[in-house]
Amino acid sequence: MATFHQSVEATIPALRRYARALTRDSDIADDLVQDTLVRALRSEHLFHGGDVRSWLYTILTNLNRNRLRSLARRPTLSPIEDNDAPDLAGPEAGGRDIERALATLVEDQRNALLLVVLEGLSYREVAEVQGVPIGTVMSRLARARVQIKNYLDGGRPALRRVK
Amino acid sequence: MIDRDSPVTEDELHAYIDGELPGDRMEAVASWLAAHPEQAALVASWRAQAESIRARYGATAEEPVPERLKLDQVLKQDRANGRSWAAMAAAAAVVAFIVGGTAGWMARGASAAAPTGFDVFASEALDAYKLYVVEVRHPVEVPGNERTHMTQWLSKRLGEDLRIPDLQSIGLKLVGGRLLPGPTGAAAFYMYESPSGERFTIYCAKAGEPQTALRYASDEQFAAFYWVDDKIAYVVSGPADRQRLENVTKAIYEQVDKGASKKL
Repeated sequence: MATFHQSVEATIPALRRYARALTRDSDIADDLVQDTLVRALRSEHLFHGGDVRSWLYTILTNLNRNRLRSLARRPTLSPIEDNDAPDLAGPEAGGRDIERALATLVEDQRNALLLVVLEGLSYREVAEVQGVPIGTVMSRLARARVQIKNYLDGGRPALRRVK
Repeated sequence: MIDRDSPVTEDELHAYIDGELPGDRMEAVASWLAAHPEQAALVASWRAQAESIRARYGATAEEPVPERLKLDQVLKQDRANGRSWAAMAAAAAVVAFIVGGTAGWMARGASAAAPTGFDVFASEALDAYKLYVVEVRHPVEVPGNERTHMTQWLSKRLGEDLRIPDLQSIGLKLVGGRLLPGPTGAAAFYMYESPSGERFTIYCAKAGEPQTALRYASDEQFAAFYWVDDKIAYVVSGPADRQRLENVTKAIYEQVDKGASKKL
């Protein structure tokens, strides 16, 4: 059986991926992962069995929420430059579209969607991470998907399929 | 959006692409979708979203984990909490900023993706410093000779056990303190004065992160050291003389560093 530390260690690459998608900034993402690891190691004694991975996702999600709250007090400093940059052509453009679409989501919806489609968590695990019933997770997912679709369809007429 | 007469619900369509449906329902939904092209297109668009997200971010998990995020490294750093001043000071990152409030923070260039705790706290603290350091008659709410009362009052308002450092040994007298609104709630603000009238302030408030490295920021007139220890952010501000401010910060750090006292 894997020890606590081994389980944590094995999750680091996935935590970095989740944090990168959440923050859309590699430095901030790695800071977030580092804070998550520090927090997890310090509170190892509070961890009584269960899934280490879900627990780490929970810590990271909460730390990111704190981060966003403190940013919200200074809305003028939000990183809008990237979103305002002119569109790129080529393979990068698709990545930027989804990145911007994700940025338009409400935080809880973005967390739910990324945990499911990027991190492969089950609805039950996401419910645990977010501390809500499964039905709430499903409605967050559904809203996230509608919002992204609307953004991609409406926001990028140039890419709309021509019949 | 889903046909009312159909037994397939929209929730099931999500569960279908997320692999959350039991095997027999999988088949039922698949054949239902074959007969309902509009919903099938919708499901395809959700799948495409998921693909784009994985294509955009999936590779991050394949990258080698940076040294600082390796577990033994994190453990080592955390154990070194109650970090030595020398190591902190040596590692202090220097950030230049421009006078004129928050607008200056935007101009930091390439690294200015988003404000960090450092930006937010340091600019709040500098604003407070600039506002009160010129104040002659009412620089503080509670005078320095009521240290005990002030400690209790500010600790209560911040919900943290605060210590108000005694800097007599480096010739700084406590002028007093005040309560300020901070980025995360209440902030405590103490002011010290040298015999020649130089003023230094300590701004502290609850931080969003458990601890950070020491950071240094300065412009032509003012400078600040910032760090987070045991979830409290400290910003020491003063005139822009790094060596002088570093000495003052060191004296403060040694008194407020809970990690160090715990080790004893």
